[in-house]
Amino acid sequence: MSAHELKSGPLEYRTQEGQMSILGFWIFLAAEVVLFSTLFATYAVLFGRTADAPVPGELFEPGIVLVMTFLLLTSSFTCGIAIHHMRRGSVKGLMTWLIITLILGLGFLGFEIYEFVHYSHEGATLQSSAFWSAFYTLAGTHGVHVTLGIGWAVLLLIQLAKRGLTPVTSRKVFIISLYWHFLDVIWIFIFTSVYLIGMVV
Amino acid sequence: MKLDEFFVTGEPLVYGGMVSIVLVTSAVIFLLTYFKRWGWLWREWLTTVDHKKIGIMYILSALAMLFRGGMDALMMRIQLAFPNMNFLNAQHYDEIFTTHGTIMIIFMAMPFLIGLMNIIVPLQIGARDFAFPYVNALSFWSFFFGAMLFNISFVIGGSPDAGWTSYTPLSGAAMSPGPGQNFYLMGLQLSGIGTLATGINLMVTILKMRAPGMKLFKMPIFTWSTLVTCFIIIFAFPILTVALALLTIDRIFGAQFFTVTGEGMPMMWANLFWMWGHPEVYIVILPAFGIFSEVIATFARKRLFGYHAMVWSMILIAGLSFLVWVHHFFTMGAGAFVNSVFSVSTMLIAVPTGVKIFNWLATLYKSKIEFTTPMMWSLAFIPSFVLGGVTGVMLGMAAADYQFHNSYFLIAHFHYVLIAGTVFACFAGLEYWYPKMFGHKLNERIGKLAFWFFVIGFHVTFFPQYFVGLDGMPRRVFYIIPEWMPLNVISTVGAFGMGVGFAIFVFNIYYSYRNSKREKTGDSWDGRTLEWATPTPVPFYNFATVPHADKYDAFLDMKEKGETTFEEEKLEPIHMPSNTGQPIIMMAIAAFASFALIFEWITLAVIGLVGVLIMMGIRSFDYDEGYHVEVDEIKRIERDARGL
Ligand code: HEM
Ligand SMILES: [Cu+2]
Repeated sequence: MSAHELKSGPLEYRTQEGQMSILGFWIFLAAEVVLFSTLFATYAVLFGRTADAPVPGELFEPGIVLVMTFLLLTSSFTCGIAIHHMRRGSVKGLMTWLIITLILGLGFLGFEIYEFVHYSHEGATLQSSAFWSAFYTLAGTHGVHVTLGIGWAVLLLIQLAKRGLTPVTSRKVFIISLYWHFLDVIWIFIFTSVYLIGMVV
Repeated sequence: MKLDEFFVTGEPLVYGGMVSIVLVTSAVIFLLTYFKRWGWLWREWLTTVDHKKIGIMYILSALAMLFRGGMDALMMRIQLAFPNMNFLNAQHYDEIFTTHGTIMIIFMAMPFLIGLMNIIVPLQIGARDFAFPYVNALSFWSFFFGAMLFNISFVIGGSPDAGWTSYTPLSGAAMSPGPGQNFYLMGLQLSGIGTLATGINLMVTILKMRAPGMKLFKMPIFTWSTLVTCFIIIFAFPILTVALALLTIDRIFGAQFFTVTGEGMPMMWANLFWMWGHPEVYIVILPAFGIFSEVIATFARKRLFGYHAMVWSMILIAGLSFLVWVHHFFTMGAGAFVNSVFSVSTMLIAVPTGVKIFNWLATLYKSKIEFTTPMMWSLAFIPSFVLGGVTGVMLGMAAADYQFHNSYFLIAHFHYVLIAGTVFACFAGLEYWYPKMFGHKLNERIGKLAFWFFVIGFHVTFFPQYFVGLDGMPRRVFYIIPEWMPLNVISTVGAFGMGVGFAIFVFNIYYSYRNSKREKTGDSWDGRTLEWATPTPVPFYNFATVPHADKYDAFLDMKEKGETTFEEEKLEPIHMPSNTGQPIIMMAIAAFASFALIFEWITLAVIGLVGVLIMMGIRSFDYDEGYHVEVDEIKRIERDARGL
């Protein structure tokens, strides 16, 4: 709780509060890794247990999933550019790239919702079998995370517009960038272990 | 939904419960209004972010939960004392053993220890609060409302009745319809999120806020036990979060994770539950080890023997605790190979645990023991816990476990570790640190009386259960056969002894409040670690000046050098966080949402969820930066407190 502020280094690391928040968030991400690992394990255990519902190979479409992956990976990249602008002290650059990131994220979500609706029309719903329960819960948890991230980032954009770059706002933006990259990593695992494997098996 | 579906009806005991809830609530409201204390309650307690006050609220709630869980226990013991008892019927008995187990582990043991950590850890490391005081308040209220949700189930909606382990498919929607099981899921979910947040919070606090000079391997051992516990919390609690969420989705939204239809897999619940559940039992024992270590070193007037070995054994236990979960269901068809692997890993845990036992003994060896009450709890712990540990190893042998599993032998095992370990530690820790919290000691004579009643009662209750278990009495039955009667009668008598002990313990709080000598020095027991360096009662900012702590047992060193935490020339303004009502409001809304979900009122639940999100948004825009305590103010407070 010291008020001492460093004079150099990235803005978000200059106060002890900033440093502690960032460390705390890293630990939170560790807990998130456990959370998603548990969901992945559940998915793996229930793999193939489709009962009377369609099997994933019949439904998964490479096209849509590739587009989604492309959108989310690009958004991670633009998020990196946003932080780069933050480090250079450019609020405008930061906000612009953050907005681009969010638009890409929204695109991702749109496709995911379309995908879920499509599958459930084909008879694969949350209720139809253990496999599909696990699928919707795993992908859905990721989707909910993305949604929350978008809402959160919008709040931060408003704060950035009002306050500009301060140790507090830059700490908040830095933390959400960690979160965003993390969701990207999780998606890579979903892409490979759910969709790629699901399509060939 | 009709009113008699909402309230539980038809049980005299439940009506009694309702009446007492109404009476106690009205009495509290009346007293607060009569003495005009609402404003005080809000300003000083409900909106506080001070780790010491939050800790006290944790401990008070935990004591209340110990009372509730204890009443459940006594009711079970009455029912089991004689064959053909008609005190509780099967359904009611099922509900009571479920709430007893859940409350004792989740809402008593953990909050009690977290309460002690709250108060003591920042003081031991020379910090002025948690890393995230706001989050700390949030954690407390999430626990509090989670506990309330779970506790009201017996009058509203009906208690869960599938055991604290809540095994599927029994606990699924098909076999346990209605809100009961949902109370379990949401109560645990709500409080579990708070526990996870506390784990992160304390870990950052310990890693980042230690006094200058205090290296990790110079930290007091209780702080070490907390750090290791946080590690377990962070890696275990998300598993519980997922398990509870999956079962909730199953029950409320019709998914098929744990069902017997749709190719669901009931056994997956047992795995997920124990992957969290076994680490959980170490979450409640490691801090207890930490407390005993502090108490034993203080009253043996010796440096803790084998400090490094103590720390490393805790780290080893924490790691191993994630690798043994299958020992809870050896009999459920895992196969010989898997059972053997988990059998070995289970027995391995006894090694670091044994190391700790020998270290405590070595600390006591040739020391001049001071028989204070906290020390008596610690001394009683050692042999009792050994009994629990040894029988644990017996259970860990997979082949033998086919005989012991789900019998009273198992019941005796885990009560020997949980009561002689965790509960004794809670009592020891509370009595040991009591003067730090409240400025006066608990009366030693009454404390010892409570001790003897409780400890003797404990052994009388649980020692016979090993044997009645070997005689074939299974757990979770509501009747006994005549052959099991003698040992069960003894058990019941012992249980009432423990009840008397607890009552005396609580009476002692009142008695000492009225009669105990007030502390002046802040160093009530001639302590060794930094928490004793502050004056008593502790100023809200803890340390006027943060001491340099480069020695193990830092306060001993300070006393030798004549240093204090009030070095006038080094004073600087202190930055403190402001109080806030947001945490309690946010968690009250979350509790509302959970309650709605329990009754499957989806619209209301969504409204509640939106409310929580709005509160988070409000928090995001809240740029309150706290305030500074000026040097003159600090001087005034410290001189006052130190009688200068
Ligand atoms: C030497 C260390 C220990 C060993 C080898 C051990 C071993 C075991 C085994 C094998 C079981 C399962 C038995 C069965 O279900 O048939 C068990 C149950 C249990 N143990 Fe331990 N244990 C140890 C220490 C502890 C500690 C320190 C605690 C908590 C403070 C604890 C709490 C429990 C609980 C609560 C259960 C029963 C859960 C239930 O089924 O409801 N154990 N233990
Ligand atoms: Cu275990």
